[in-house]
Amino acid sequence: MQALVDFYTANSFLINLIGINAMLALSIYMTLSCAMLSLSNAASMAVGAYTAALLTMRTGWGLWPAALAGAVVAGLVALLLGLPILRLRGVFLAIATIGFGEVVRIVIVNTEALGGSEGFRLNTGQTTVTAGLWEIYAALAVLMYFFARLKGSRMGLALEAIREDESAARTMGINVTLYKVAAYVIGACIAAVAGALYAHTRSFLSPGDFGFTRAVDILVFAVVGGTFAWRGAIAGAFVMTILSEVLRLVPPIAGVYVKDYPEIFSGLVLLLIILFLPNGLLSAALHVRLPLVSLWRPDTGTGAGAQKGEVAPDPRLLEPDGAELASPSGSAKD
Amino acid sequence: MNLAQLPQQLLNGIFAGSIYALFALGYTLVFGVLDILNLAHAAIFMLGAMVSWWLVSAQGWNLIPAFAAAFVVCGLLGILLDRVAFLRLRRRGAGHLSPLISSIGMSLIFVGMARLLFNPDRKQFPFSTFPQVYYDIGTVRIRLLDVVILLVSLALMVGLNWLVRSTITGKCMRAIAENPRAAALLGVDIEKVIMQTFFIASALGGAAGVLYGLSLNSIEPTMGNQVELKGLAIIILGGMGSIPGAAIAGFLIGMVEVLSVAFGRSELRDAFVFAALFLVLLLRPQGIFGRTLSRAG
Repeated sequence: MQALVDFYTANSFLINLIGINAMLALSIYMTLSCAMLSLSNAASMAVGAYTAALLTMRTGWGLWPAALAGAVVAGLVALLLGLPILRLRGVFLAIATIGFGEVVRIVIVNTEALGGSEGFRLNTGQTTVTAGLWEIYAALAVLMYFFARLKGSRMGLALEAIREDESAARTMGINVTLYKVAAYVIGACIAAVAGALYAHTRSFLSPGDFGFTRAVDILVFAVVGGTFAWRGAIAGAFVMTILSEVLRLVPPIAGVYVKDYPEIFSGLVLLLIILFLPNGLLSAALHVRLPLVSLWRPDTGTGAGAQKGEVAPDPRLLEPDGAELASPSGSAKD
Repeated sequence: MNLAQLPQQLLNGIFAGSIYALFALGYTLVFGVLDILNLAHAAIFMLGAMVSWWLVSAQGWNLIPAFAAAFVVCGLLGILLDRVAFLRLRRRGAGHLSPLISSIGMSLIFVGMARLLFNPDRKQFPFSTFPQVYYDIGTVRIRLLDVVILLVSLALMVGLNWLVRSTITGKCMRAIAENPRAAALLGVDIEKVIMQTFFIASALGGAAGVLYGLSLNSIEPTMGNQVELKGLAIIILGGMGSIPGAAIAGFLIGMVEVLSVAFGRSELRDAFVFAALFLVLLLRPQGIFGRTLSRAG
């Protein structure tokens, strides 16, 4: 037990970061799971982080009420943005979310109460509210329970149908816009809670922490893990958080430190996964028979799910092989 | 709002708008023909500025050959981008999400390579790159450089429009935009036309980068971020895939930016651009001009 405590004390930064990144990965998984690309999760994270930090620092709220308030604010903003845009084609969401991310950054930089471009200091108040191992992993556990229940539920099935073929789903009477808006708003709320917890693991928030780089990092977590099962998102966050720490240890090659160019690394990972392993590491895990890996395998009919009598889901999602997703190329021009 | 400065501001809007329009044409061309939103376009824009800066300041080239070289290099990078990031996905018949994600990956690699090769610091063209000539007309001051930039942008836009409307290449592009399968059946060499499309789109993006770098005289690996959102707003405003739409919307976005400066809140100009974008999405998602490439001409 003492060994465990020592291990946590030595690695608490990394362990907490893995938990927060896993939540962020789940937040983008929520939208990717119905074939929408949102690049505003970093912005929603910022909304959650700043809202919660303001509440705990200035009004003395506790961590959980503040985090929930952050989620509500981020969710409302996402609702306002998502309602008009999600009726339209998928690329519009990607574009609007890039713009939204930029606007959030501009607002923070130009708002004095949020510390502006100087950043926001969290340890100036008398009471210090902090988030640690228990808070972060309790939140993650709640999220995991939510995603486990979502699968196979009415909403989960609707989202899967939308991902497979949006117009077919609409024809079947599924309210496509409603479910897309719901997925987008829930994703924003999750990112906001992750942001609130993130804010309280550190003493200082800077608008640069929530920029496009962060949005892409979140995307990398989900894509690396695989977007056809929520466990993939968590696995991706775990692998990529540890990998980026390992990168710091790589010795310089011809005088160049790999850690100084994280964007090349993220870009390469993103590109290689999309090109060669479109369903992420989890799809590779489908073919590996190791005790630890198979625990994380999505249910394929022989796994735990089949024993519980669930219908075996189709493990090929970001891209059904050979078939197009939402937009068959001929009719996609409107 | 300072009315005395309005004519000057409007003029600045036109000059800036011409560069934005040129930049956005690359987005709209690729989107119109291939239905791909290429998020690496802003990185190619930056590389155009970088290459021309390097040729002028480190290699002692003249501006005109350096401009031409940046045009060609960016065109070739566009072909590279397509071969690396999109070809495999196209063969696989991947959905619309995958090319978006792979283009983000390429964009990160391009920006990282630029930081690695050219250093991350801000760069300037040497003072003698272009003659420092100003004309004062009434209260308005016009820079010769801006006039040349406007003319070059307009010439490239007119050239692109001619190419798409009146040449065999352009007809093939429009055929693919309309229906790739039918175009292939009718003998259009799809892969060749896609390569041409990427060459032209990226060369125009690179050219816009050179002009932007000259106009602001400030070049850095992250400069693509400054125009990315504007470019995306322009293609929505002009109607996704519409070339004349993007050209006109470019000038409109230039004006929107100027308005934010006129209201004394220049630090909020991207928020103004986003507000315009959001309004168009809300009221007229097919764009103000709403004609796509496949239906043009």
